[in-house]
Amino acid sequence: MPIQILMPALSPTMTEGTLAKWHVKEGDEISSGDVLAEIETDKATMEVESIDEGTVGKLLVAEGAEGVPVNQVIAVLLEEGEDASAIDASVGVAPPAAAEAPAAEAPPAATAAAAPAPAAAQAVAQAVDGARVFASPLARRMAAQSGLDIARVGGSGPHGRVVKRDIEAALAGAPLAAPAAAVAPAPAATVPTAAPAGPGPQQMADLLGMAYRLEPANNMRKTIARRLTEAKQTVPHFYLTVDCELDALLDQRKQLNARGAESGDYKLSVNDFVIRAVALALRQVPAANASWDQAGILYYEKADVSVAVATPNGLITPVIRDAGAKGLAAISGEMKDLAGRARDGKLKPEEYQGGGFSISNLGMFGVKDFAAIINPPQGCILAVGAGEPRPVVKDGALAVATVMSCTLSVDHRVVDGAVGAQFLAAFKRLVEEPLTMLL
Amino acid sequence: MADTHFDLIVVGGGPGGYVTAIRGAQIGGKVALVEEKHLGGICLNWGCIPTKALLRTSEVYHNMLHAADFGLSAENVAFDLAAVVKRSRNVSKRLNAGVGHLLKKNKVTVFDGRGRLNGPGKVEVTADGKAVASLTATNVILATGARARTLPGLEPDGKYVWTYMEALVPDIMPKSLLVIGSGAIGIEFASFFHTLGSEVTVVEVLPQILPVEDAEIAALARKRFEKLGMKILSSAKVTGLKPGKDSITAAIETEKGETSELTVERVISAVGVVGNIEDLGLETTKVKAERGVILADEYSRTDEPGVYAIGDVAGPPMLAHKAEHEGVICVEKITGIAGVHPIDKLKIPGCTYCHPQIASVGLTEGKAIEAGHEVKVGRFPFMGNGKAIALGEPDGLVKTVFDAKTGQLLGAHMVGAEVTELIQGFVIAMGLETTEEDLMHTVFPHPTLSEMMHESVLDAYGRAIHF
Repeated sequence: MPIQILMPALSPTMTEGTLAKWHVKEGDEISSGDVLAEIETDKATMEVESIDEGTVGKLLVAEGAEGVPVNQVIAVLLEEGEDASAIDASVGVAPPAAAEAPAAEAPPAATAAAAPAPAAAQAVAQAVDGARVFASPLARRMAAQSGLDIARVGGSGPHGRVVKRDIEAALAGAPLAAPAAAVAPAPAATVPTAAPAGPGPQQMADLLGMAYRLEPANNMRKTIARRLTEAKQTVPHFYLTVDCELDALLDQRKQLNARGAESGDYKLSVNDFVIRAVALALRQVPAANASWDQAGILYYEKADVSVAVATPNGLITPVIRDAGAKGLAAISGEMKDLAGRARDGKLKPEEYQGGGFSISNLGMFGVKDFAAIINPPQGCILAVGAGEPRPVVKDGALAVATVMSCTLSVDHRVVDGAVGAQFLAAFKRLVEEPLTMLL
Repeated sequence: MADTHFDLIVVGGGPGGYVTAIRGAQIGGKVALVEEKHLGGICLNWGCIPTKALLRTSEVYHNMLHAADFGLSAENVAFDLAAVVKRSRNVSKRLNAGVGHLLKKNKVTVFDGRGRLNGPGKVEVTADGKAVASLTATNVILATGARARTLPGLEPDGKYVWTYMEALVPDIMPKSLLVIGSGAIGIEFASFFHTLGSEVTVVEVLPQILPVEDAEIAALARKRFEKLGMKILSSAKVTGLKPGKDSITAAIETEKGETSELTVERVISAVGVVGNIEDLGLETTKVKAERGVILADEYSRTDEPGVYAIGDVAGPPMLAHKAEHEGVICVEKITGIAGVHPIDKLKIPGCTYCHPQIASVGLTEGKAIEAGHEVKVGRFPFMGNGKAIALGEPDGLVKTVFDAKTGQLLGAHMVGAEVTELIQGFVIAMGLETTEEDLMHTVFPHPTLSEMMHESVLDAYGRAIHF
């Protein structure tokens, strides 16, 4: 019996993914552990390894296919002694007419390629509140083939039925309705983005003759757009800013890095200190390490700190787990590894999901101060500015100190002003008196 | 003062005009219809309907001549031409009266006379040169239809050279007949007269007879006609007609320049139709006409606000069912009914009632490839269908054309018995945007000719069962 290879769920929240690349082709002999394909999810590209051995009988999903549901058969593996005739039975495709040669144009290939489409279409066509989407069979197939969520296409046929011209209009850039289903679960109720009123930016640009380049959004960009819109629209943000003097920390860092340079073990960044300071401040003020859920407030027991990393495709937040229990060198090493793999799009879902508190640092770009958007479902995000020499008043006299402004964005449902202030005070103390980080 | 203002005036009472008027009245408008000659127009009085009556006669006659094939005997099989024509006229008369009744039932005011625009929103009606009424309307829909095209040198004289008008009421059964043009009209008359014993020659200027049909279907039809004894000259034209005593001699020239002469008792000129755009008062408005048709957009709007044109006078395809549908869309758009879409001309079926019949919808295989589609083509012959064999009609083909990528049914083309009654199945399928999958999953009743439609779809994907 041929082995069916299914679309894997690469994370607990994954419902569909893009088949970015096949590493094998039909007829290839493969053994357990061989890389079969690359799957692109919301945040990363992952490699899928074979757990069986055999010959690749048929690839059922084309390279680049978007929105392939988890558990859909994507390929069929033939075991020793099996031939291609076993495939059709295994994937439920009627056998071709005997006279038809198995050329690329022959029915089996065409039917097989077409077969997954209805399933995919049905999956998306039940999106909005599980309500049935009325669409012509042709519209469903065209939507499935082009990776369009048919639930978001407005229908112009009888009784709002989605027909071919609607799909063609959507593919030509007509505005779509709000996304129907959130991919990642958010503890707060999700409010979909409102459909843009009037012409979309592209239509407007076309109307006004503005020159532009259209870059189709990848999964990561779509996720960023959706999650941040959701956060800004549904989370009641407030902001607290504090200035931290860095001179003592920079001294410490210099001394430590001098040792690190000798041994070659580590080279600490200011950000590594910030991560550790945040983790320790969260231990001191655990009320700030929390998330809002309809069931109540979740207080996290460990300080799992998400750190925003810019990548060519967009933002991703790898997590330093239990950062309070890790020393600076450990944090520094882990951060370098995560950031490097984040830029290559090689993070595993468990490496970027499930933080309790986020840090976003734009200090290296010379930004003085900014306010970040909360990364749901977390309760707080700390926006870290540049450390720069500034005039300060010390003992009634003007002096110069290296000062870093940090702004905490807070979900008021979870953390009140006083708790946020306590956290920032603790953080400031740790940064300004770095020796206390040893305690 | 008489009621002279209407929400809608429809000029022309053919299938486009009277259906439009009834729909306008259904929606609640106050509607007038102006018709100069016959309610029901050419279609009902001098076209679609009376020809179907004649062709029914020839079909029954053909079956009587072949009675022995069915185990029957019929001796001295003959026909009375006058009675045949009378039956055809009675069919038209009956339906003509029916249209009058339908209009009355829907409270459409009918004016007998010729309608002419007299500036936007104004229609003057005259009969026998006398003014009958001066009407005003918020909306005027022109549905004046079309008439036979005439070519210089081949003008019909009503005696030896007929148009469809004379051919419908023939004074004699010509022993020999020349039909110029092999479109639906020409082929139907050729088929009728040939079946009743006339020696028929068809001359077509293009290489293919039934030029709008799929090439494969047209070739099969031609083969069948020729087998029955009809003469067909394609890539040839009639360059002149010389009347003689009780006969007429046609000069025929082929594409290669070969000339010949053919002497026949009668000639039917069936070289197409042209829109009736003359003497409608168009010049009193901004309405524009070009090449024999009024220019109108997808909702039948002309350049003059409030004036619309539907049906043959608004351009091809010149078919009654296109005119009816166009008129309904036009009225519904005017009244702001939601969900109105322009007619999709690719989804308008066409039927020709010769023997064997031809029916089609959508793109031919050639046109589909020309339009850039990668196609999958299915074919199923009548020979593989039980019902066709039982009927004694083993000749014919059902052909389907699909887009290979999306499975969209792009076109369906048929030749054979009763295909004109089958085609609407594919028209619905195309209208609802079914793919091959839905058609394959549809249960077709056994034993019927419609099973060939299923098989043709299956064949496009290499799955035909019975052939």
